Amino acid sequence: MLDTLHPVQTPEGVDLNLRAAGPVPRALAWGVDALLRAALLAAAGLGLLAFGAAGMGVLFIVTFLVWWFYPVLFEVLGRGATPGKRVMGLEVVHEDGTPVGWPASLLRNLLRVVDFLPFLYVAGLCTMLIDASFRRLGDLAAGTLVVYAERVHAASAEVPSVAPLAPPIPLTLDEQRAVIAFAERAPFLSPARVAELAAIAEPLAENRADAVERLMRMAAWLVGRTG
Amino acid sequence: MKQQQFEQRGRPRWQEFEALLGRLEAGGRSEAPDYPFRYRRICQDLALARDRRFSRSLVEQLNDLALRGHRSLYRARRGSLRELGAFVGRDFPRAVRAEWRLVLFVTLLFYGSAGVLAGAVQFEPELVYSFLEPGSVAQLEEMYDPAGARVGVAPDAQEDLARFGYYIWNNVSIAFRTFAAGLLFGAGTLFIVTFNAVYLGLVLGHLTQIGFGEPIRTFVIAHGAFELTAILFCGVAGMRLGLSLLSPGGRSRRLALREDAHRALPLVYGSALMLLLAAAIEAFWSPLPLAASVKYGVGAVLWTLLLLYLLLAGRPRAN
Repeated sequence: MLDTLHPVQTPEGVDLNLRAAGPVPRALAWGVDALLRAALLAAAGLGLLAFGAAGMGVLFIVTFLVWWFYPVLFEVLGRGATPGKRVMGLEVVHEDGTPVGWPASLLRNLLRVVDFLPFLYVAGLCTMLIDASFRRLGDLAAGTLVVYAERVHAASAEVPSVAPLAPPIPLTLDEQRAVIAFAERAPFLSPARVAELAAIAEPLAENRADAVERLMRMAAWLVGRTG
Repeated sequence: MKQQQFEQRGRPRWQEFEALLGRLEAGGRSEAPDYPFRYRRICQDLALARDRRFSRSLVEQLNDLALRGHRSLYRARRGSLRELGAFVGRDFPRAVRAEWRLVLFVTLLFYGSAGVLAGAVQFEPELVYSFLEPGSVAQLEEMYDPAGARVGVAPDAQEDLARFGYYIWNNVSIAFRTFAAGLLFGAGTLFIVTFNAVYLGLVLGHLTQIGFGEPIRTFVIAHGAFELTAILFCGVAGMRLGLSLLSPGGRSRRLALREDAHRALPLVYGSALMLLLAAAIEAFWSPLPLAASVKYGVGAVLWTLLLLYLLLAGRPRAN
């Protein structure tokens, strides 16, 4: 499948699939964060400069923290996402799918400096486009991955409830799968396209006018409907 | 078993597990001693659903559930204050000693280049202007003028506290960049270390040559112990990063980079801590108008303590 899934092997013996996020949502997340950081610094500046030299000293420290540690603190303490990433539905995790910890988060964010080179994340973008899971240099060194946090569940597709009908010939697993998938997706397609697809399954459709309906009933039988 | 039966039997189990996950993710603890067992059941269901090619939405749903379960089960431990103690008392000096070859190399590079330039300026005083603007040279001369009000502090500088904040921001940022630049096959780190060495050498050499040597030396000696050493350690960490790409050994470059980046990280943590200490000394101790002998004495004590700490702390007890 032409997909951006990043499989993770677990000790429990199943593969879990993480969905890696590409450059565009990540750039947008970065933009949101950049605005937020600027606002944060501006507010701190306005508040602290009223206190003279001491305020100035604190402002330098606040600048330092916002500059280097804003992403780290949010990623480790805030469930893997800075506010920008949260808005875009992204999340940082270790490559094995576990939540990101201090060392990895610190590494990926310190190395951001190099990803930024020569300007505006050109180096990071190039690495992301080469890597199958969209990792920038910092991610590669830290062993982290930016993934979609929320799963967009496909519109809950269900085989329509029609009277089940056994297929006239035995079907392989893949063929069964195809028939069920057809029945699940048919409601989202145009009638003409549904008829066209049904006609492809010639041994089942047998060129009959009610091919679509028959396929639906076979799907119902295949998922185990009774009566 | 057909998909429908499978779903009917599994559904209550999945819903129960999802509710449990919700509670765990909200911060609940120890209320589910059989959690790993239930999580494994979900994994079984997922494997089964995949193997039997059940519909995609069902597999995705189970994958999602298993992923969340995986995260809750394997979530990272939070660091504690005791770990910080163990880091300072044991892990950091050990990490430095483990990299003794690179420490030696970076130290020689830094003090070697600084020394050569400081010496060269004695014979060729114009050299300083080939690197620094005449304006900044004049400013430096003003700062370290023995007749000035406060040595080491520009006449129009702010209060100590403001300078403390500035030193943290400026120095730790330089340290972090020195480390990160190592990713450019080590070249970035070498450049930053050499650049700073040239700067230090020229400034020290120039001020010595015009007779302002003592003010700058007494100013720098105390905090320099921590500040310069910390920057050098970040240089070592950066070189480690670069070397992982240049000579990964028997590993793939990707694996080498990941392993060595994590290996270098303690040096960066330690450097940041040292720079906090250095910033405090530089802001509050270094500008004090004390006798040169006191300043040299304190500086020598700090250098000795630092060296002893780096050489001896965290060594396993001999049996």
